[in-house]
Amino acid sequence: MTVSATALPPARWALTAWQRERLRWALWLVAALGLFAVLLLGPLYSLLSKSVADGNGAFVGLANFEAYFASGGIARGLSHSLWIASASTVIVVSLAFASAWALTRTRLPLRGGIQALLMLPILAPSLLPALSLIYLFGEQGIFKSWLGETSIYGPLGIVLGSCFWTFPHALMILITAMRHADARHYEAAEVLRASSLRTFFTVTLPGARYGLVSAAFVVFILVFTDFGVPKVIGGNYEVLATDIYKQVIGQQKFEMGAVISVLLLLPALLAFVADRWVQRKQAASLTARAVPYQPKANLRRELTGAALLTPVLGFIGLVIGMAIYASLVRYWPYNLELSLRNYEFGRMDGGGWTAYGNSLTLAALTMLVGTAVVFFNAWLSERTPQPKPLLALFQLCSLLPLAVPGLTLGLAYIFFFNHPSNPLNGLYGSMAILVLCTVAHFYSVAHLTALTALKQLDHEFEAVGQSLRASRWRMLRQITLPLSAPALLDIALYLFVNAMTTVSAVIFLYGPDTALAAVAVLNMDEAGDTAPAAAMAVTIMATCLLAKLLHGALSAWLSRHTQHWRGGR
Amino acid sequence: MRKPLKHLLALSGTLFALTAQANTELTVYTALEAEDLQKYAERFNQDHPEITIKWVRDSTGIITARLLAEKDNPRADAVWGLAGTSLMLLQQQGLLEGYAPKGVEQLNPLYRDKQNPPQWVGMDAWMAAICFNTVEAKKHNLTPPTSWQDLTKPEYQNHIVMPHPASSGTGYLDVSAWLQTFGEDKGWAYMDGLHQNIKSYTHSGSKPCKMAASGEAAIGISFAFRGAREKENGAPLELIFPSEGLGWEMEAAAIIKGKQSDAAKTLLDWAVSEKANQLYNEGYAIVAMPGVAKPVKHFPAEPEKLLIKNDFTWAAANRERILSQWQSRYEGKAEAQ
Repeated sequence: MTVSATALPPARWALTAWQRERLRWALWLVAALGLFAVLLLGPLYSLLSKSVADGNGAFVGLANFEAYFASGGIARGLSHSLWIASASTVIVVSLAFASAWALTRTRLPLRGGIQALLMLPILAPSLLPALSLIYLFGEQGIFKSWLGETSIYGPLGIVLGSCFWTFPHALMILITAMRHADARHYEAAEVLRASSLRTFFTVTLPGARYGLVSAAFVVFILVFTDFGVPKVIGGNYEVLATDIYKQVIGQQKFEMGAVISVLLLLPALLAFVADRWVQRKQAASLTARAVPYQPKANLRRELTGAALLTPVLGFIGLVIGMAIYASLVRYWPYNLELSLRNYEFGRMDGGGWTAYGNSLTLAALTMLVGTAVVFFNAWLSERTPQPKPLLALFQLCSLLPLAVPGLTLGLAYIFFFNHPSNPLNGLYGSMAILVLCTVAHFYSVAHLTALTALKQLDHEFEAVGQSLRASRWRMLRQITLPLSAPALLDIALYLFVNAMTTVSAVIFLYGPDTALAAVAVLNMDEAGDTAPAAAMAVTIMATCLLAKLLHGALSAWLSRHTQHWRGGR
Repeated sequence: MRKPLKHLLALSGTLFALTAQANTELTVYTALEAEDLQKYAERFNQDHPEITIKWVRDSTGIITARLLAEKDNPRADAVWGLAGTSLMLLQQQGLLEGYAPKGVEQLNPLYRDKQNPPQWVGMDAWMAAICFNTVEAKKHNLTPPTSWQDLTKPEYQNHIVMPHPASSGTGYLDVSAWLQTFGEDKGWAYMDGLHQNIKSYTHSGSKPCKMAASGEAAIGISFAFRGAREKENGAPLELIFPSEGLGWEMEAAAIIKGKQSDAAKTLLDWAVSEKANQLYNEGYAIVAMPGVAKPVKHFPAEPEKLLIKNDFTWAAANRERILSQWQSRYEGKAEAQ
């Protein structure tokens, strides 16, 4: 014993170079967690701690929870929420998977254009689909007869509206998951004479497994925590999320709002556990030796793809088309004369164009800051050696924002950033806080996209890099970044359009000089100016569409310049 | 030697005061109509060009929630145009600064806080109304109701929308007004009957009138201002003011405590002036200063006579009890049909 002890090198506590490097990377991740502490955990704590306090801030234990459960109707609200969220998840994930398949596994013409159209719902402020669904299927709706006795005001309307706005979220994750496939797997299947159905079930589906699970949880949680759609079109069908609105906006009872927020966080924890579980089983699909898959022309497949895409495109086109019509009509449904008058935002007081400019600034800044932060953090967690517990904590933090309703986040930001003893309270009311809040709000889906892209890169890349003594930074710059460029662009676009259209959190945070266009849309609608509100919403959508087209052009350019090595023969 | 120096000092003092005044910015939180903001600021600036109003405008519920959430470190200097009941809530939380604006004694005593100095001053009043869509009524053979009681008639089944009292101040205003007018027992019995005819409860106070205006419902229980607006925009609406009397609420102004801003006092002084009351009268039929109001289009001739004697203190004190009773009575049954 003593002999072996003395045989050890004298500097027992000195770290080897490898340990030093690990420590350095771990410190980076700690820094990332520090960012979460400021942007997410601190604010959430300052709000959620109110769930165990009374209106005056005195600690009351679980009394608020008891009061909330005793008030009745919780079981009903919960079962409604679960039903709505499950139904929407099944519909959206199936349709999004079918669409992603058609876009990545067939050679349909105009795939870029089709993808842009499929992303339309995410480009529009939430008022548009709500308005459209009412104009389409409401009491005066042109297709009211289709619904028979069923009213659009209720579960049907909530599911339709929720499917509409969550579809692009699922599509984005699934396309990323399916974009890079290894052609060798398909060749192997071909050589083994597997039927196309069998190939689908043994190659395509398993390859997209991680994306499928992520997409399902994203959609489930988004619908579960959203109160925007049920508030407008839910009629008397009560869901858990609208209770937050009643408690906070209707009755200014922050402590009850905090109670409901805590309850809504539970599914996120579930998602986290599931995510860890799936992740363990996911192997990199794009190994260093992978040959990128190029779908061959195959008429039968193309026709299947077209058939799968048509109903989705039809529904989206119908809803968006109706919204555009709504923005042109004089007074629905009694004066259907068309005019462009609703687009004269200068005529409207309340500074339509100023708000629009502010929104553009917010969107651009959110895009730049958010893409950099999200991707770097995802890279840290995925491509550098990290201690397991730290990694788990990071994963939890990055999925948490998904389960925080915007209203909760906005309020939490007031309590945290406006606190007199917070050194950052100077940020409150500025553009900076809107940017930070929006990055935090939309972190999860962006993170999942980055992660999905990074997971597809073989870890051999790093091993080779190391043996060539290339630093990880250099690997990041020269290999990982260019390889992930399409995903980076997707994240940038996602953050841009969400920042353009978001309302729920920023409505509590904008100041006199930072009024936003999407908030103006709500206010115009509230004031009875439905058509001008629709016009502003269409303008926002057009802006986002422009961003999307730019994104498409950049993606095409990138794939010509950085992805040709993938063809690497 | 000393005299010129003195002059110089005085001059620089004045200059300093002038430039300081010219740059005064006043952050004002409001729930006024967005399209009115510019008009309100312009009129105020005609008399006080040295103060720039920086508006933060949103719906009543959001602005009230923001003011309460910002309690520890208030950002607003003043509030101009927020529901009286919201201001009473802020008052309870100790957020308001007492100040007696010049000429406040000329206001109708109902429209100012009882404390001395008052912590808030009223501006104008808005009142409940029924928005009745004549086109849809014809389609469904509905006769126009004339009273609240009429609304319980079977012919209106599934044609009425009203705001949810737990989500919307207007909704609670209606409920508390019925309980005050009919007495508690009869009030609840009335709402039992009304509930049979309700198509849905909405989350905002103006929504029922908008739904009536766009034909999504034939009858919306809302407030008169919104109805007049929709009518002006071209909706086939008739505004009905039920005979039993109308619940009402005032819009008010106040100074936020801890900011000690002279500009805020200047604003309040102006907000109770005759000129300001004339401004309010352009949209509202009832204003705080007696004798100023002229008839407003689409409103009844003597609107004050239609109002109930609204006990705001009672309504605030009993809110929680009434809401929980309301929710246990009507929420569960809401989708039984």
